[in-house]
Amino acid sequence: MGMEQQSKGRMLQYYAWVAIVIIYLPVLLLPLFSFNDGRYIAFPIRGLTLKWYIEMFNTPAMHKALWNSIQVAVVTSVLATAIGIFGAKAVTRYRMPGKGPVMFIVMLPLVIPTIVFGTSLLIFVRWIGLDLSLFSIIIGHMIICIPFSIAVLISRFEGFDRALEDAAADLGVGAAGTFFRVTMPLVWPGVIASVLLCFVISFDEFIMAFFLSGSEPTLPVYMYSRMRFPQKLPGVLAMGSLVIMASVVILILAEFFRRRGQDRGIVASGTGLGI
Amino acid sequence: MKTTDDSFVEIQDVTKRFGSVLAVDQADLAIRRGEFFSLLGPSGCGKTTLLRLLAGFEAPTTGAIYIDGDEMSTVPAFRRPTSMVFQSYAIFPHLDVFNNVAFGLRGKGLSSPELKQKVHDALSGMKLDGFENRRANQLSGGQRQRVALARSLVTEPKLLLLDEPLGALDKKLREEMQIELRQLQQRVGITFVFVTHDQEEALTLSDRIAVMNEGQILQVATPHELYERPASRAVAEFIGQMNLLEVEVVDIEADSVTVSCPTLGENKVSVGSSSFRCGQRATLAVRPENLVLDTEVSEGTARVELKASAYYGNTTIYRVAVEGITGETIDISQQDYRGSTTPGTILWLRWDSANFLLLSE
Repeated sequence: MGMEQQSKGRMLQYYAWVAIVIIYLPVLLLPLFSFNDGRYIAFPIRGLTLKWYIEMFNTPAMHKALWNSIQVAVVTSVLATAIGIFGAKAVTRYRMPGKGPVMFIVMLPLVIPTIVFGTSLLIFVRWIGLDLSLFSIIIGHMIICIPFSIAVLISRFEGFDRALEDAAADLGVGAAGTFFRVTMPLVWPGVIASVLLCFVISFDEFIMAFFLSGSEPTLPVYMYSRMRFPQKLPGVLAMGSLVIMASVVILILAEFFRRRGQDRGIVASGTGLGI
Repeated sequence: MKTTDDSFVEIQDVTKRFGSVLAVDQADLAIRRGEFFSLLGPSGCGKTTLLRLLAGFEAPTTGAIYIDGDEMSTVPAFRRPTSMVFQSYAIFPHLDVFNNVAFGLRGKGLSSPELKQKVHDALSGMKLDGFENRRANQLSGGQRQRVALARSLVTEPKLLLLDEPLGALDKKLREEMQIELRQLQQRVGITFVFVTHDQEEALTLSDRIAVMNEGQILQVATPHELYERPASRAVAEFIGQMNLLEVEVVDIEADSVTVSCPTLGENKVSVGSSSFRCGQRATLAVRPENLVLDTEVSEGTARVELKASAYYGNTTIYRVAVEGITGETIDISQQDYRGSTTPGTILWLRWDSANFLLLSE
């Protein structure tokens, strides 16, 4: 490698680091100001304090919102992944007419603006006479999560030899036995990755939750409502910092499980942390 | 329809289409009980599809399959008395060797000691003692294959289906496994259906062979018959080495025809049933080992020029051109030729037309 190429490679590295800093610096301001001993979010930093974290822990409404978010995220991630397993299996295992168009429709929520879905779901839920509740948020979040779940699981289903399922049938084991004794153990890392990914997406999602929550806000909705009161803002920053940390940890775990074993292709690994 | 007594597996007029692709085209086949039966053909000829139809992984588009007298169309794969050894071996990667072999035994009402005993017997039958706790990725190709065989045989199938099981092994191991497979089949006595594209392998192992091409069964015969009397040019091209010469039929008698070609002149060839007409074009098939090279002229020899030779250890293949004829060469396989091997050497080609075979297109 010549000197010229070496310096060119180094320049590209600097460039990449600058890009990363520009992307993540604003996000790092959140935890920074959550330790700031001042009510206003502006430089200079006045001093370090943990009082916003203490205030946050002493706000029952925030606890309630956090608990709502966890409930919604757990139910959404489990249901979306369950549906994703069947979707991914169908796509990778069976010849069926209209597979292309069906997949297109299933994957559509990835590109349709959430606000469009949120509005239409709101109209629909009211029209069929359902009350807005955590349940309606779960429905909305499942629409968003299912395509991600299917995308993660498809790579897992394609990653193993189809003859393994044939072999199980051949050894006298029926469809259900084959599914639980061969298919599930082999796609299990993908299932865990999908659950974690869907959990993070649901937990961080704001727009759907904003439209579909009644009197029970999820954490992002609650945090948004606090924005109008400047004196409450630092508490929100504290909560936001914790959410970022938890999300990053969960996403790293999801990526770890997704990569375990042999893996290829089509996977949406990063998701916008909707904060 | 009842199957005849000696046919254990009967494939009746089976056609399988995948969309517009005709994978198996009106196949008719009867396999006998206890037979080592091979499906031989180039890749894409439909042999694996036929095997998967027997296993129940695919359903025939039309036609019927009987195994041991039972019609199979409504019997799903997991209820069929068949077991398959896959090309990839399909060892369950999340289970160790013991649990791979035990897979088909669980849920069959066996007590734990019974199950253990069966698995251990199956493993020692395959010389796999001590491998119980290994995973697939800790086994060699040959060991994986033996695990796959043990796993299939422990369920006591009536019919063992083998999908190119030796394809992934190197030559030496493949030859060892061929002998082991043959011995195994004789020991357990169950019917084997073996898919391969390797004609040598099929000839070595099989009691009978079905040669397939483009979804059709071209010929069903013993290895000996197939080698000595291929039914068509397509089969002859596929089985062993063969000189195929374009000839014209010039005279017809009761059980023989006389054919003429530029290279070997006129020859009388015996034919079983004479469906040939005078003036018809046909193919004369001559095995390289049925031709002899001489350094001296004698009666009925042709003057040839040596073009090339290739040494194979147990034999040498000589390629010659008949003098005055360009573009067509003849291969001769001979062990005891002691003359010059310099290309351009003039030699004499001797043959006995009793060994010739006349094929219609």
